[in-house]
Amino acid sequence: MDLTKVDEVVERNGADPSMLIAVLQEVQVEYNFLPKDALRRVACLLNIPPSRVYSVANFYRAFSLVPRGRHLIQICLGTACHVRGSDRILEQIERTLSVRAGGTTADQEFSLETVNCLGACALGPVVVLDGEYHGRMTVSKVESVLKPVRAAAAAANPAGGSAATGAPGQEADK
Amino acid sequence: MGETMVTTKINGRETRVPIDTTALEAARSIGVEIPTLCYHPALVPYGACRLCLVEVKRPGHGGGRIVTSCTFHIREEGLEIDTHSERAQRDRKLVVELLLARCPNVELLQRLGKDLGIDKPRFTAQKQDENCILCGLCVRVCEELIGQSAISFTGRGPGREVSTPFLEPSEACIGCGACAFVCPTHAIEVQDLLQLRKLDKWGTSLQQRPCVRCGKFFAPEVELEKLSDRLELVKNWLQLCPECRREVAATDWIVGLRASPASPVRRG
Ligand code: SF4
Ligand code: FES
Ligand code: FES
Repeated sequence: MDLTKVDEVVERNGADPSMLIAVLQEVQVEYNFLPKDALRRVACLLNIPPSRVYSVANFYRAFSLVPRGRHLIQICLGTACHVRGSDRILEQIERTLSVRAGGTTADQEFSLETVNCLGACALGPVVVLDGEYHGRMTVSKVESVLKPVRAAAAAANPAGGSAATGAPGQEADK
Repeated sequence: MGETMVTTKINGRETRVPIDTTALEAARSIGVEIPTLCYHPALVPYGACRLCLVEVKRPGHGGGRIVTSCTFHIREEGLEIDTHSERAQRDRKLVVELLLARCPNVELLQRLGKDLGIDKPRFTAQKQDENCILCGLCVRVCEELIGQSAISFTGRGPGREVSTPFLEPSEACIGCGACAFVCPTHAIEVQDLLQLRKLDKWGTSLQQRPCVRCGKFFAPEVELEKLSDRLELVKNWLQLCPECRREVAATDWIVGLRASPASPVRRG
């Protein structure tokens, strides 16, 4: 695997142990997740034990140790969203894309993650698609929110639909 | 010497300790026992187990505050510390009940529970075979004293556990067994199978060195290399197993005694 991008990220941030989180964030942008070899390289360059790097990468929800899809859907299951029925919306998304929470579709288009409160409770239930917030979500709105992205994906990749993978979430949720 | 001292009252007894002493150390220094699980005198206090709770009062400032004595530093005059106040004991009991809910079959916890008068813990255990209380002693000894950082905490909340990086056998583990030694609940097992030392929890399996004298395998090669680097020991010494080392040392000593009869060690 090509690790030059890791070297570049560390170069940009400085080989300073206190930059670990910033470095991991940028590495994740480069590779779309945190590959094991990249983490080992980060540990080596920042002079931090691999066990510590793994521990940090594993702790934050924002980091993923397994490949993520091209598009990221986050659904809030925080208290405010929960009482407004976000679990039903989650089910609807899972059904529509044939993917479980924490997993990625077989065609690598979508990853579905749950989060606990996005700080936008007044808009609940909230779904975030590729960083864009969709408030007051309902089961029936799921289709229309996903449609543009799905259409673009289908156009780019006419062969495959979004079939299930049942991929696990973070390695840690074993 | 020249240290600033502060006076503190522990369970009504006045004592003077150097400023910054922890409440736990102060109490132990006058023979007051406070139960602990995640504290080790050789390691930086961590405040994880919450067993060492005490009540600290500042006279004239109303009711006391419950703190973890292992991380509470005495930095002012006249604090009153009650190690077994009603509140401290009640909270300690809750802590043990919660720990028992995680690790129902750990003997040490059962004993602590009995000491605190818990007949039947209020909370039901999810698992019967868990015996790690997440005190972090193993992680800390490996990092702070051994300097290997072979293991770390991973995950969060209910998923928190101690593991090796990427859940693979740790390259940094030298099989010294310090983690198993400090673990209060015996959650880590070290096995010596002739030429192999194994720590299954970390996936470690290392070649052991045979004693040049008796041939017994006694410690992993990598550990001995690390040790001889760190302690600047004569490498030859680490070719012997501990028993032979003792015998050789004793023989040398006795021979040495005979050679110099003016030795200070005399009979009668
Ligand atoms: S394995 Fe033992 S020493 Fe390590 S955190 Fe668990 S209980 Fe503590
Ligand atoms: S609970 Fe969903 S945004 Fe706060
Ligand atoms: S001994 Fe103080 S919190 Fe564990």
